[in-house]
Amino acid sequence: MTVIAAPNAEGLRRDAAVERLQLFALGGPAVLLVIVTMIVPVGWLFWLSFLNDAGEFSLEHYRRMLVQPSYGRAFSLTFEVSFLTTAICIVLGYPLAYVLSQLPRRAANICMIAVMLPFWTSLLVRTYAWLVLLHRQGVINTWGIKLGLWEAPLPLVHNLNGTLIGMVHIMLPFLILPVYSSMRAIDRDYLKAAANLGASPTRAFWLVFLPLSLPGLLAGSLIVFILCLGFYVTPAVLGGGKVTMVANRIATDIELFFNWGAASSLGVVLFVLTGLILYAASRLVRLDRLLGGGSH
Amino acid sequence: MNNNKKSGSRIAAILLGGLALSFGAINASAQQTLTVVSFGGSYQEGQSKALFQPAAKALGITLKEETYTGIADLRLKAKAGAVTWDIVASGSGSAARAGAEGILDKLDYKVIDTKDFLPNLAGDYCVGGDVFSTVLAWNTKTFGDNGPKSWADFWDVKKFPGKRSYRKGVAGALEPALMADGVPADKVYEVLSAPGGIERAIKKVKELKPHVAVWWSSGAQHAQLMKDGEVDMITGWNGRFDVVAKDGAKVAYTFNQALLDYDCFAVPKGAPNKDLAMKFLAEISKPQYQAEFTKYITYGPTNKKAYDLGTIDAAYAKKLPSHPDNAKNQLTINLEWYIKFEAQAAAAYENMLSE
Repeated sequence: MTVIAAPNAEGLRRDAAVERLQLFALGGPAVLLVIVTMIVPVGWLFWLSFLNDAGEFSLEHYRRMLVQPSYGRAFSLTFEVSFLTTAICIVLGYPLAYVLSQLPRRAANICMIAVMLPFWTSLLVRTYAWLVLLHRQGVINTWGIKLGLWEAPLPLVHNLNGTLIGMVHIMLPFLILPVYSSMRAIDRDYLKAAANLGASPTRAFWLVFLPLSLPGLLAGSLIVFILCLGFYVTPAVLGGGKVTMVANRIATDIELFFNWGAASSLGVVLFVLTGLILYAASRLVRLDRLLGGGSH
Repeated sequence: MNNNKKSGSRIAAILLGGLALSFGAINASAQQTLTVVSFGGSYQEGQSKALFQPAAKALGITLKEETYTGIADLRLKAKAGAVTWDIVASGSGSAARAGAEGILDKLDYKVIDTKDFLPNLAGDYCVGGDVFSTVLAWNTKTFGDNGPKSWADFWDVKKFPGKRSYRKGVAGALEPALMADGVPADKVYEVLSAPGGIERAIKKVKELKPHVAVWWSSGAQHAQLMKDGEVDMITGWNGRFDVVAKDGAKVAYTFNQALLDYDCFAVPKGAPNKDLAMKFLAEISKPQYQAEFTKYITYGPTNKKAYDLGTIDAAYAKKLPSHPDNAKNQLTINLEWYIKFEAQAAAAYENMLSE
């Protein structure tokens, strides 16, 4: 073998190197795009957050965040809203994904289209649609009162309630998709085996199905949570000025200080806090396994 | 080979010629093209029809109109050293701050004639284009003919029960609070400039906080809130309420204790056609243009003479913020106060809101 391989080993190695280069070149444009459109501008904003009005190095933007309690509240509210949205998405999305995964393929696909449909409408349009439905003399309150379900208009919008309704509506597909795909991948034979060993369907669900679908659920929850942290339009439109999340505060600061540094410092802090949460989460569960494709 | 060279040099010649031509074209048009940027929507449409296009015609120049979101856009262009606008429309406050910051050119009042302007509507960096008011408005279905008449009524939730909406930003939010707290209009900025003044106003807003259903942040939003009947009492810009009232919204407002403010035009530092811009501003500051603009939105002229031309219907004129009968009951926004104190007041206001 070695005798035969020896004459062209050099050539093979060269071919391998060329191939690696070609593969790298294939990915090159994407890497370049990420560097030019993501890393450079984000890095630039990071740099700006350490400069004061005169362009000198300064921590004043970070100091302001510590001195004024409203910033701390914006951060805690952002995490609170994101957490609540994620929790509601799990409560609504997990059972739905479960039902879908038990349907025959064809029916499930049709239902999936229904889940995906909202994706085809602009986020702004959907948010304003909620405003029309939820306000004091909107469709829901008018009908609720007419049908005698409640007497005075319910405070459904211009507060945290409205913000959560809007955000859950937008984020739900992001939870359902990974959960559904991880449920689809669960081998039915496991459940049959559990039944065969004497487990009731409920017991089989809790002991076999749920743990197997957990990676998809965690991945979905993580996606939802992180996307929620950056929400701007929904709290701005449905929050009635009472739900000031970090992104809203960034917009206010840009208008007020006319200063990119003041605004980008908020982005930097949110970025770092999110990184810390991801790190903490990765200590608790194996993130790489979750993000690497669920239970396959 | 020779052939190749020839065609090469021919291409170069054509390219150079083209370049020369296009430079020539730019130079030729630079003498008569002016670029104006404003806020778009029905507002700019009115400006375009009443001010920009007729003035361009009168001066025999070509006018290019663009749309932007505010002075922050100009700041970006100025930082990049690529100012392409000759004239920017702006709110008075942002323009004053932008001027203090050094991205606007001083206006040449030897060219622009403002001797017939209402007082305080032409600054170093910005010449007033229209006058608007931040007014107290209410739902006529809730309060009938017996609506609130003053800021004290706005704060009086016993006499006037109902949901309120107030501004999310600090601009124009502290003056009404002080007036409701018993400070006379002409003492408002004195109190606000003194130590503890801002805190006093914010404390008063905080008192109303439980009754504020929505903190509004845009003109379109406060108009929609009244159209939907979402709140019973609100602050906002008078022209917007007139637009939705025409659409059937149950809304009325009073100029009593309202805040008189103005929109203005400025010339950015580094504007390509500065001198022409001054001439253009002189033209649109003339009373006949100002009178024409009122036909599109109930914002008043800055030039008093516009009322004397007879082109504004007398009954309609009484609805305009700068009409003498209305102006005398109002407090004119003090830009110097905003330049000095806005950042500090905004921080305190934001803290109160987030509590």
